[in-house]
Amino acid sequence: MLATVTATLLGGFLTTLKLFALTLLFSLPLGLVISFGSMSRHAILRLPVRFIIWVVRGTPLMLQLLVIYYGPGIIFGNPFWNGLGEGRFIAALVSFVINYSCYFSEIYRGGIQSIDIGQYEAGQVLGLSRSQVFFRVILLQVVKRIVPPISNEIITLVKDTSLARVIAVYEIIWEGQSFIKGAGIIWPLFYTGVFYLVFSGLLTLLFGYIEKKLGYFE
Amino acid sequence: MQILEVRSLKKSFDNTEVLSDISFTLDEGQTLSIIGSSGSGKTTLLRCLNFLEFADSGLILLRGQKFFDANDAADRSDKAVREKTRHFGLVFQSFNLFPQYTALENVCLAPKLHLEKGSKEEERAIEEEGRILLDQMGLSDRMDHYPHQLSGGQKQRVSIARAMAMHPDILCFDEPTSALDPELTGEVLRVIKGLAAKNTTMIIVTHEMSFARDVSDEIIFMDNGVIVEKGPAKDVIDSPRNERTRQFLENYSRNA
Repeated sequence: MLATVTATLLGGFLTTLKLFALTLLFSLPLGLVISFGSMSRHAILRLPVRFIIWVVRGTPLMLQLLVIYYGPGIIFGNPFWNGLGEGRFIAALVSFVINYSCYFSEIYRGGIQSIDIGQYEAGQVLGLSRSQVFFRVILLQVVKRIVPPISNEIITLVKDTSLARVIAVYEIIWEGQSFIKGAGIIWPLFYTGVFYLVFSGLLTLLFGYIEKKLGYFE
Repeated sequence: MQILEVRSLKKSFDNTEVLSDISFTLDEGQTLSIIGSSGSGKTTLLRCLNFLEFADSGLILLRGQKFFDANDAADRSDKAVREKTRHFGLVFQSFNLFPQYTALENVCLAPKLHLEKGSKEEERAIEEEGRILLDQMGLSDRMDHYPHQLSGGQKQRVSIARAMAMHPDILCFDEPTSALDPELTGEVLRVIKGLAAKNTTMIIVTHEMSFARDVSDEIIFMDNGVIVEKGPAKDVIDSPRNERTRQFLENYSRNA
């Protein structure tokens, strides 16, 4: 029984991991773009971006999943995401990317604004361009400062992926729950916790390693 | 030969005039020190010369040629500023070394980024020059150290080497020893004296009066955004003509 349950849960966990990895792949860079928008000198760009961040951070992720999945269909009058598993997964991914980009953007903004203005000025008087200053001088210092809050957010994401079950994405919690109806047992649902624990444990080790790697400068 | 002429430079922040009608000249190979109390505008003047601030009006001439005209918007474009700023080097009070790079990497970063192609030979030549510069600063055993592994005086010497690696026409110092423990100022001042002896053209904003007297050819005393007195270094410090200069120097020696 344990082997069957483990195999089924692993299948669900694969979906969890896919959602996790793809969310990071898109939201980490998108967050940087959004953070530039939120720091723009031009109010016409800055204010709408800040408004979106406020909405996204101010409403539950579960609600966002439902709005993204059902909303377009209501507006455009026909099913927007195809009702198969693939469409639901993409809707979930879009929701997660929007949500996490906004959270990451605020972490980036805090990191970028914490860098001493003297670093920019030193680059400028040496004749470096704005992008050279950012990519060659500022970025790595920002990365070093934001590794702890980003890793916190990433570990939260591991567990947040379970929210995708509200639009019937067959991630690991969904699979665990299916044993209640199908076989009348609840322990597989509890067993899913082990998968989360092991994975977030591995991530913790990885972030510890990255922090150590960046410890060569202050 | 005259290298720099500043003509009627003005700068205000929020209706407060920080520089009002600053004019002076500097000859090649000379050292000019700017003294004055905090808020007199001396740092702002230096920042205007390095384009960290734009003067509201006035003219800067380099070797007799128009170099920056505050009324010409084209002179303020990013590209124009990047080109102009290379003629001036600036050593900051708080060093502003790049923490993720070693001493040598700090010195070589900008010259390498300015290479058109960046062939291996060119990069090697820059590193070789960086080593020579750091060696001149007495840091031959600190080249591969990161800034946080260096003392304040060592950091400041690295930042001097970093500024020199760009071969500026004029090297500016903004209170280079103000952030240092008193026992560390000597090593930095010695390095600057060495540069003066080699006829490096320099403008130094400083609170070290005896140093200014020894190292400079000329001294400017600024107060409330105007140049109150300018003259040969020893004259200004030992026998100031202006009453305000005299008061400033008296207060200074009383507190020092």
